[in-house]
Amino acid sequence: MPSLKDLKNKIASVKNTRKITKAMQMVSAAKLRRAQDAAEAARPYAERMSAVMAGLAAGVGKSESAPKLLIGNGSDKVHLLVVMTAERGLCGGFNSTIVRLARARANELMASGKTVKILTVGKKGREQLRRDLGAHFVGHVDLSDVKRMGYSNAQGIARDILARFEAGECDVVTLFFNRFQSVISQIPTAQQVIPAVFEQAGASAQYDYEPSEEAILADLLPRGVATQVFTALLENGASEQGARMSAMDNATRNAGDMITKYTTIYNRSRQAAITKELIEIISGAEAL
Amino acid sequence: MAGNLQFDLVSPERRLASVQASEVQIPGADGDLTAMEGHAPTITTLRPGILKAVSNEGAKSYVVTGGFAEISATGVSVLAERAVPLDEVTPALLDQLIADASEATAVASDKDAADKAMADLVALRAAVGQ
Repeated sequence: MPSLKDLKNKIASVKNTRKITKAMQMVSAAKLRRAQDAAEAARPYAERMSAVMAGLAAGVGKSESAPKLLIGNGSDKVHLLVVMTAERGLCGGFNSTIVRLARARANELMASGKTVKILTVGKKGREQLRRDLGAHFVGHVDLSDVKRMGYSNAQGIARDILARFEAGECDVVTLFFNRFQSVISQIPTAQQVIPAVFEQAGASAQYDYEPSEEAILADLLPRGVATQVFTALLENGASEQGARMSAMDNATRNAGDMITKYTTIYNRSRQAAITKELIEIISGAEAL
Repeated sequence: MAGNLQFDLVSPERRLASVQASEVQIPGADGDLTAMEGHAPTITTLRPGILKAVSNEGAKSYVVTGGFAEISATGVSVLAERAVPLDEVTPALLDQLIADASEATAVASDKDAADKAMADLVALRAAVGQ
């Protein structure tokens, strides 16, 4: 049985924790709104880009002269997994779900005899993957100083990926990130960016191309990679804040439950102590 | 009097404009072109330059770098890697762009393309400075 003083200290400490988690939840809620706005603002560009590229890709087809970014370099030996996670923890299962998906994919690829390389974006994923897949790391992008995710951050990462592809260091590139569904649900997603895949069939409209179709496609594909990285970063940012918000909401509620429980125990043992003292006094008086 | 077409200008980070315009002057990679209502469907890549949209409220210009324009009979959508309204352009921004380009020129495999981008930017600075 803990003493009354212990219980009192415990209650005070849980109350402090609750204040912190509550504050974190509020901060995340504000950040989430901003992150969602950013993701929303980026959507028209990404959608248009993908639609036009799909149209172009359908036009150019699978011919020999098609750009490598579209059809791949004819091999799928070396896979580069770009694992995007948060820089900070305390956001529920956010980081673990991405890492789990990436790890499963990596093991699956290795089991089928492929080479796996991992590029981590964000500190948390790197820490979680280091133990079993640390030997496959080829690079790390640190975004901990970035206050507001900008297109230039995505461009930096895309340039890194493209340089590796062009140097023949990898054949297939896949992004791992959490797609934002709602505050309580984020979907871990694996998206292949090289060779490019398109969700919808190409637009049928007949366009004049200036310069040639191939030239435009060659110009657009690297931009498409950057756009997809950017979209992934923004989705991830919104997901992170959403996950943190619901995690902190849970924590706040748990702290509240804990305080109620400890307060009950505290009151009960206080009363027991009083009763005990009373009995002692009364039986002492009776003995006289 | 030609009718209007829907003009959209989007950059990766935000939508800059979505208005009715009577004509749009586009700095295409192969040369400038003006899109008006009924233009043949065209897709062209952009070179760094000044994009000008003329609407009932007057003309509005933007400095754009990289990206492409999709022209149809009823609308123009421009997807620019970077787009800034002309009146917000500062010399510092242009210097930054040129610095980036010269960095790219140093490592580019395609010397001609990089040199052209550089020349376009210098021309752009001259045009903005007028």
